[in-house]
Amino acid sequence: MSGATAATRLHLPGTSPVHRLPAEVKIVAAVTFVFVVVATPREAMWAFGAYLALLAAVWTVAGIRLSWLAPRMLIELPFVVLAVLLPFAEAGERVVVAGVSLSVPGLYAAWGILAKGTLGVLVSLTLAATTAVRELPGALARLHVPGSITTIVVLMIRYADLLADEAHRMHIARLSRGDDPRTLRRIGATARGVGGLFLRAYERGERVHLAMLSRGFSGTVPAFGDPARSADWLRALAPTAGAVLVCATAWVTT
Amino acid sequence: MTGTPAVHLAGVGYSYPDGRRALHGIDLTVAAGERVAVLGPNGAGKTTLMLHLNGVLTPTEGTVAIGGRTIGRDTLRDVRRAVGLVFQDPDDQLFMPTVAQDVAFGPANFGVRPPELDERVQEALAAVDMTEHADRDTAHLSGGQRRRVALATVLSCRPEVLVLDEPSANLDPVARRELAEVLTRLDATLLLVTHDLPYAAQLCTRAVILDGGRIVADGPIDEILTDDTLLAAHRLELPWGFSVPQRRG
Repeated sequence: MSGATAATRLHLPGTSPVHRLPAEVKIVAAVTFVFVVVATPREAMWAFGAYLALLAAVWTVAGIRLSWLAPRMLIELPFVVLAVLLPFAEAGERVVVAGVSLSVPGLYAAWGILAKGTLGVLVSLTLAATTAVRELPGALARLHVPGSITTIVVLMIRYADLLADEAHRMHIARLSRGDDPRTLRRIGATARGVGGLFLRAYERGERVHLAMLSRGFSGTVPAFGDPARSADWLRALAPTAGAVLVCATAWVTT
Repeated sequence: MTGTPAVHLAGVGYSYPDGRRALHGIDLTVAAGERVAVLGPNGAGKTTLMLHLNGVLTPTEGTVAIGGRTIGRDTLRDVRRAVGLVFQDPDDQLFMPTVAQDVAFGPANFGVRPPELDERVQEALAAVDMTEHADRDTAHLSGGQRRRVALATVLSCRPEVLVLDEPSANLDPVARRELAEVLTRLDATLLLVTHDLPYAAQLCTRAVILDGGRIVADGPIDEILTDDTLLAAHRLELPWGFSVPQRRG
């Protein structure tokens, strides 16, 4: 079995005030924060600095270091590549920087993607770092997320690694029988492997569902844990309230 | 409750939606507290029979009654609480992030709320010797521990009838013995669906052989397991070197 699962790689165990907040208030705070960031006009560059400062304050309280965040930011890379291409590809007014002609709308678009994307990833990482997977089912149920969606999230977390293990075992089994997946003519075997894996996952899904029915599952995941208090909501939403203020100012001043 | 059988199947038949017949006229009565092994080769219909006991599958003919309640729309919820099914692969059964949450899933569905819910979880974990693992991630347990937690997830519903599908599959000898010790301590009515004959001999007093969707033998387990002709006729045999020990007491 693979040691660190996706879920544990993104979680930074701790006991800070941010860690101790109930998961549902953190989820609401994070999602709202991201919406506010996206809604900010990209011309108001100072606003994004302000958002970063708000996040940095949360990191200080939660004890999250930049060195922990940086490697986990790599997931953003494909978007960065897209953003870098835009100033070259976009039409409109152009400006010459160091002998290279760049599109002004393209530059703004690239900045928008980079700034908003980076902040979005940072907010998600902050949420993941301070929220244990075990808190999710209860939190989602208390947020009245439909039972089927909560179930899908819980099952995904639980079975993604199991499925990866299964894929790995099937791969080893093929290799041991002389398969060389690097050659193109072997692509058929690989495709059948993927198909087999899909069937296995499907069958497992059916068995899991039967087992859940047997224990009285009727479409809702029980809400474990205590509901959040008003004080928790106030504390968790403070940075988001700051972000709303920044966004409103940005709209008024630009 | 004396006199009311824990499990009563009368003329149960089942056909899969594709028309394949899986069960034919099954008559089976199990008294409260009895321990019955359901033996049979692969594809005999053992798992299909098991899924009838809590109404996951509905018989195409005949009736199933648990503790005197005939399974129907209005008794389904009660029957699901009263019959605990432990599936063959614990990974199919355990899906919540932690052991304690998974053990709480069943009773919470049946309307048990804290603080009683926490008591149920503690009680079930203690019954399978897993108390100290309550907060662990289910994915990080050993095979034997997972099997015992899977058992705890139905014990927490306080079932009257416990049905286990191949409980000894994929267990190392120590895990196998530990599970047997846990099962021996329980006083629920037990149905053990298996083709592990020594395990059945250790845990049960009565055996039923299912083959081709029919019950072909039913009797004290010592008699069934010592009847080589009967076993051979249904693709069952004792492992090499094993003979059924004389029942104590």
